Amino acid sequence: MTDILVYVDHVDGAVRKPTLELLTLARRLGEPVAVYLGAGAQAAARILGDNGAVKVLAHDAPEYTDYLVAPKVDALQAACAAVSPAAVLLPSSAEAKEIAARLALRVGAGLVTDAVDVEAGPEGPVTTQSAFAAAFTTRSRVTRDIAVITVKPNSAPVEAAPAAGTIEELAVVFSDQATGTRITSRTRRESTGRPELTEAETVVAGGRGVNGAENFRIIEALADSLGAAVGASRAAVDSGWYPHAHQIGQTGKSVSPQLYVAAGISGAIQHRAGMQTSKTIVAINKDAEAPIFDLADYGVVGDLFEVVPRLTEEIRARKA
Amino acid sequence: MPLRIAVCVKYVPDATGGRHFADDSTVDREDVDGLLSELDEYAVEQALQIADESDDAEITVLTVGPEDAKEALRKALSMGADRAVHVEDDDLHGTDALGTSLVLAKALEHIGYDLVVCGMASTDGAMGVLPALLAERLDVPQATLLSEVSVADGQVTGRRDSDAASERLQASLPAVVSVTDQSGEARYPSFKGIMAAKKKPVESLDLSDLGIDSDEVGLKGAWTAVEAVAERQARTAGTIVNDEGDGGKQLAEFLAAQKYI
Ligand SMILES: Cc1cc2nc3c(=O)[nH]c(=O)nc-3n(C[C@H](O)[C@H](O)[C@H](O)COP(=O)(O)OP(=O)(O)OC[C@H]3O[C@@H](n4cnc5c(N)ncnc54)[C@H](O)[C@@H]3O)c2cc1C
Ligand SMILES: Cc1cc2nc3c(=O)[nH]c(=O)nc-3n(C[C@H](O)[C@H](O)[C@H](O)COP(=O)(O)OP(=O)(O)OC[C@H]3O[C@@H](n4cnc5c(N)ncnc54)[C@H](O)[C@@H]3O)c2cc1C
Repeated sequence: MTDILVYVDHVDGAVRKPTLELLTLARRLGEPVAVYLGAGAQAAARILGDNGAVKVLAHDAPEYTDYLVAPKVDALQAACAAVSPAAVLLPSSAEAKEIAARLALRVGAGLVTDAVDVEAGPEGPVTTQSAFAAAFTTRSRVTRDIAVITVKPNSAPVEAAPAAGTIEELAVVFSDQATGTRITSRTRRESTGRPELTEAETVVAGGRGVNGAENFRIIEALADSLGAAVGASRAAVDSGWYPHAHQIGQTGKSVSPQLYVAAGISGAIQHRAGMQTSKTIVAINKDAEAPIFDLADYGVVGDLFEVVPRLTEEIRARKA
Repeated sequence: MPLRIAVCVKYVPDATGGRHFADDSTVDREDVDGLLSELDEYAVEQALQIADESDDAEITVLTVGPEDAKEALRKALSMGADRAVHVEDDDLHGTDALGTSLVLAKALEHIGYDLVVCGMASTDGAMGVLPALLAERLDVPQATLLSEVSVADGQVTGRRDSDAASERLQASLPAVVSVTDQSGEARYPSFKGIMAAKKKPVESLDLSDLGIDSDEVGLKGAWTAVEAVAERQARTAGTIVNDEGDGGKQLAEFLAAQKYI
């Protein structure tokens, strides 16, 4: 059977959910072989195996944390040489897209980024992507023997599929490029305790209508009542009301949750680019003409300072 | 010798216009208004600031695109870039990201550069991979997705923010950088800048000037093929209610009916 490489995205050994989704997709195409770089492979191998990885190619070296991108490209290139995969799947994070691109060049693969679905086709994997702020859907195929594909979070379910998950040491020889860009310092982001924005099932986002950093507490309270992640529009972020890491849209995060709640957000094209593929969209806006209502499955025309707290109260009451 | 800065800029369909695909599944660039990708304005801005900080610098803006793409170059020149290079060839129609990176890399070698500055992503393809591909092809370091960048003593340094962390990067020149929209507002062209831009040199190159075989680019040379394009079904009109005091409650009922609570 053909091998499909899956690049493991993890934070200090904690495997992130999009990687497990990739394992589901990889099983449609062949046998998933995970590539794990950095410390912590032993613990990660269990969860990777539980989700279908027949093998885990692991390698640890300081280069992965001390230098940007290139060492990981070297490692994936080595993994390609070791198993001759038909496809390499990576999550659509900014870093993984860069790794994917450089790898594709090196191994002579066609490159697809931001796929929202991957299926087996007669001539290799067929991918679905959305284009132009999700106004269009395209289906693409790679015309080479190998495809490098990055996949957006929430594109496939995580499904248990017990497999061996045997760890094998990957031999990596670093190229001259590996040490080209040094990471001289790193400040970890503090966890908010809320779900990761891109992975969340529910996202509650606030925009310029929230009108102040302190008012974001209203948005957070609603998010907490729903177990949701908190997002923000660029207008809110640029005003300094919420950290940039929470921005949703073209130049922020792209989210695809089951439920998206937009409060005080007008729905500009650049914002839509990051949330239009959400399953259910709910909007709260005092302007009945706001373009966000064109997308909304349910909209409330009203003052968010009235509607949001009432909604939060109502949800708490129903859950109690 | 001056610090040679090359800025890669893309001419893209206006996002507020009706963007669509042509019959051959490529982006229709004929029947739509185009402009300099807004995210590349940030690249031009950072290049101008780096040039200001250095004793002697020259900024060349580079684009690969159809005839109209000159407009993107004019805009960048009117912001303050010194000269422009336009790679234009009918055989480029339908080129994929890997092919585009080949053309840009050859053009950069033709121009000569110490620092290549790109935007974080185009506003049409939006892949965000070109800068990394250029670093790979040119065999120079990549310092990408910077929200802060500076150049001194032959080194580029900057800040890169990701999901998990904020990192400081350092690389020796020559290097490829890309900058985000957090790097600082782009300046507007002044009237003087617009007038001056008219006199600045724009060099046109085709594939043969760059020694690229037409089979390596265009639809023929692409390693990905778009098989189908469909306009996303318009969402069916949702329920919109006016808040008369119970909007929050009605919304909760909707969420409960949808099993979200
Ligand atoms: C290159 C580029 C990239 C961009 N990238 C992004 C991006 O990634 N993400 C993004 O979001 N934007 C992005 N933008 C900006 C985008 O164009 C919009 O400016 C932005 O999304 C507007 O944010 P907003 O909806 O919060 O603000 P506005 O458009 O000002 O809308 C505020 C809304 O709040 C409503 N409101 C006000 N008060 C209340 C109240 N009390 N109760 C209820 N409703 C109220 C108003 O009716 C209005 O509809 C980008 C722009 C450019 C040019
Ligand atoms: C909807 C859509 C989907 C696509 N999907 C794929 C795909 O899956 N695989 C694939 O291989 N190709 C794909 N392409 C083609 C690809 O986007 C183009 O080949 C493009 O030139 C390179 O990618 P980008 O525009 O996404 O650039 P990005 O990587 O997003 O651009 C980053 C930066 O690179 C520079 N840059 C990019 N293009 C140019 C240019 N022409 N001239 C000068 N500077 C430039 C700019 O500084 C820009 O800010 C797609 C295009 C579209 C419109």
